[in-house]
Amino acid sequence: MSFLNETMECMPREELKKLQSERLLDTVRRSYENVECFRNRMKELGLTPDDIHGIEDLPKLPFSYKKDLRDYYPYGLFAVPMKDVVRVHASSGTTGKRIVVGYTQKDIDMWDECVARMLAALGVTSGDIVQVAFGYGLFTGGFGLHGGAAKLGATVIPISSGNTANQIQTMVDFGATVLCCTPSYAMYMGEEVERLGVKDQLKLRIGVFGAEPWSENMRAQIEEKLGLKAYDIYGLSEVLGPGVSCECMEQAGMHVWEDHFAVEIIDPETEEVLPAGTPGELVFTSLTKEAFPVIRYRTRDICVLNAEPCKCGRTHIRMAKPDGRTDDMLIIRGVNVFPSQIEEVLLKVSGDRITPNYQIVVDRVNNVDTFDINVEMSEVFFSDNIKEMEKLEKNITEQLRAMLGISAKVHLVNPKSIVRSEGKAKRVIDNRKGKI
Amino acid sequence: MITKQLSVFLENKKGRICAAADVLARNNVNIRALSLADTSEFGILRLIVDKPEEGKRVLNEEGIVVRVTNVLALTMDDTPGGTLGVLRVLAESGISVEYMYAYVGKTTGKAFMIIQAEELDAAEEILRRHGFTEADMSEI
Repeated sequence: MSFLNETMECMPREELKKLQSERLLDTVRRSYENVECFRNRMKELGLTPDDIHGIEDLPKLPFSYKKDLRDYYPYGLFAVPMKDVVRVHASSGTTGKRIVVGYTQKDIDMWDECVARMLAALGVTSGDIVQVAFGYGLFTGGFGLHGGAAKLGATVIPISSGNTANQIQTMVDFGATVLCCTPSYAMYMGEEVERLGVKDQLKLRIGVFGAEPWSENMRAQIEEKLGLKAYDIYGLSEVLGPGVSCECMEQAGMHVWEDHFAVEIIDPETEEVLPAGTPGELVFTSLTKEAFPVIRYRTRDICVLNAEPCKCGRTHIRMAKPDGRTDDMLIIRGVNVFPSQIEEVLLKVSGDRITPNYQIVVDRVNNVDTFDINVEMSEVFFSDNIKEMEKLEKNITEQLRAMLGISAKVHLVNPKSIVRSEGKAKRVIDNRKGKI
Repeated sequence: MITKQLSVFLENKKGRICAAADVLARNNVNIRALSLADTSEFGILRLIVDKPEEGKRVLNEEGIVVRVTNVLALTMDDTPGGTLGVLRVLAESGISVEYMYAYVGKTTGKAFMIIQAEELDAAEEILRRHGFTEADMSEI
């Protein structure tokens, strides 16, 4: 067993609860004083920080939502002055507007520790060479893994995502022992490795994969193809980035670092807190974050918690792989996609005249997500001129790429060809179920 | 010589042209001439029919996207150089042709050309000046 911070990771539950209580009180007080949105919500409920006495009062607190990040874009939810913010990251919102999160130096240190803890839990040491093939940039994946691996003292290869041939060559030449990326990209690289016949030249032993759903079957295949042990990690920018929770060597659920994050499962309809073992919506409260504290943040991920002690010795609660969403968000090639974003682009392309009927078709072919959008033709869009029509198609494709950061194939289809049930078009067809 | 053409959107799927032709046939609209343009993703079927407004209405009713567009329809000699004669006049006048299609008529020695150009009125004027005449639709 390897621990980065055994005191924290194996802290007895009672003690952990006490620590959570102290930290929650502090978070609530700081948020109340500095974040208008939170203060207003507290007032609406007739609460002040004095009404919160410990972690057991968590359910009294108001929820927060992704929409808040849009409404207070870009810095409206920050709890510290900008002079104390040392970094921002961003991800796509439900519409064109991105969501922005910020970190103080202390937040970055905490983030590094969370990621370093998870890497250590998987057996990564300072002797490892870590290839970080998550995207670097506004996305939290690349920098998150980078910081954690560096904190651990490992050698980091900051290769970022893409360029598969180069990834594999680098893995071979630099002797990478740990690979971090999305599971579908790992699978894709595994296939390339097989095709090139270079598996025996790889030194990989640990895979750290996350940012999209994957199955046990896929895990087995990745492990086979790349010759490593594959582990699941979970995180989201609003809460931290990668490192909110991760598996240990038991591969039996992901430990949430409860000294930094309180986790609840609620019924998304009644908003009642549900006991461990019952599936519901995953809700996080940050306990130490300074720049961007979140209180009862609704992730929209459907998940189940496991409060049983883990064989690894860590006392922190485990969460299962998220199994679906309470909203219509899709994860395509590791990127969050909302149908409302596509709607926005189509409306814009039509010159704000009309949103044509559309349908998103997602599938997985050769372990890579395919992303097709069927757009129903109408006289508003149709032109007798082929050039105009091709321009329209290209325009939609390019604007979608600009908004989402990934490419979709746009197909112009006949009007009324998108199947409607009860008069409402089915917006999303996800054929990936059972394939991942 | 400006006449009405039906431009029909075709999804890239089997049987779409057939479906459009079927609607016209059932409603007794006669296709006089046609041309098909396609890309890898979709197609445009261009039709000269005897009753364009009626044709558009019945196609619309069946959920087919149609636009009525103006094109030039003119008569030319069905001899070597016939097409060249038309194109040369347009080229020399700086008019670019977007697309065109031609048909041999019922009367021996005559052919018909359908032309789409950016400046349709100017093109018509120039062709008339050079002695080209309107296609008689009953001849196509």
